[in-house]
Amino acid sequence: MTREEIIRPENKVYGRPELLMPVHTHYCPGCSHGVVHKIIAELLQEMNVADKAVGVAPVGCAVFAYNYIDIDWIEAAHGRAPAVATAASRLNPDALVFTYQGDGDLSAIGTAETIHAANRGENIVIIFINNAIYGMTGGQMAPTTLLGMKTATTPYGRRADLNGYPLAISPILASLDGTCYVTRQAVHTPAAVRKAKAAIKKAFQNAMAKRGTSVVEIVATCNSGWKLTPAQSNDWMVENMFPKYPLGDLKNVEPQQ
Amino acid sequence: MAKVFGAVTIDADMCKGCNLCVVACPTDVLALQPQEVNDRGYHYAFPEKPDACIGCAACATVCPDACIEVYRVVDKNI
Repeated sequence: MTREEIIRPENKVYGRPELLMPVHTHYCPGCSHGVVHKIIAELLQEMNVADKAVGVAPVGCAVFAYNYIDIDWIEAAHGRAPAVATAASRLNPDALVFTYQGDGDLSAIGTAETIHAANRGENIVIIFINNAIYGMTGGQMAPTTLLGMKTATTPYGRRADLNGYPLAISPILASLDGTCYVTRQAVHTPAAVRKAKAAIKKAFQNAMAKRGTSVVEIVATCNSGWKLTPAQSNDWMVENMFPKYPLGDLKNVEPQQ
Repeated sequence: MAKVFGAVTIDADMCKGCNLCVVACPTDVLALQPQEVNDRGYHYAFPEKPDACIGCAACATVCPDACIEVYRVVDKNI
């Protein structure tokens, strides 16, 4: 069978989702943000909720997310995305409101907003990209940075006595009564991408059914900040990030029958 | 026994040459261009051994720039 016979519209099994705008992203080559954007666009299309979806973009690398996915977006002040999403969700009860935040946004400056939105049980989805670094500003230490990890502001590695310990925010959110689903996923292999997609789908379904706050943490790479190639960063993430941030569901409240 | 024929097309202009698809491919179909670059200066990916493709979409699933399209034909007569 020749290549021309295979490449026909009826044989297409995977392609670029229509909701993804046909533009170059500003992300570095191999950045996990691109994969997560893609699965969000695929899901909104598959679930047929693009008209109802409202995204809240953070400050950080994903600040231009509104240029890449063709839905309604709000740009929030640094860390305040869950507070903005609260308003959007309360004023538009039919909307599917989700925030898309990095670790510098969600677990540093926005810790209070995140915890209180989750504690109030707002019907929103929080998508949390944790790459253990401030990627956009040049790779400074974030609260999630691992002990011993070299960053621009901890050139000899993070020290517990000087910089404190890495903050795992998902277990904190899982301990709150307002959250219904807290999970930690990754997007480094095809299988992991499919699992992450299923997790985000479940979170979107929870928000539509008004079951409370859903949190999907994606353990991600920042190959520019980590000074590694994209493939090496995936290996580094598996070796170093997963022991501190193990994958899996931290909380999953099944709906009452 | 059925045989699976696959093919991928890569939007060379969108590709950033991150190499993740090359690593993800189970049959070593893809490679980065050793010399050629696209308009943005990246060594883009291309199907080096297109006959080995099984259309599993692993490359497209991990592609951060969504520039890979996958086609698959299952021939049950072979």
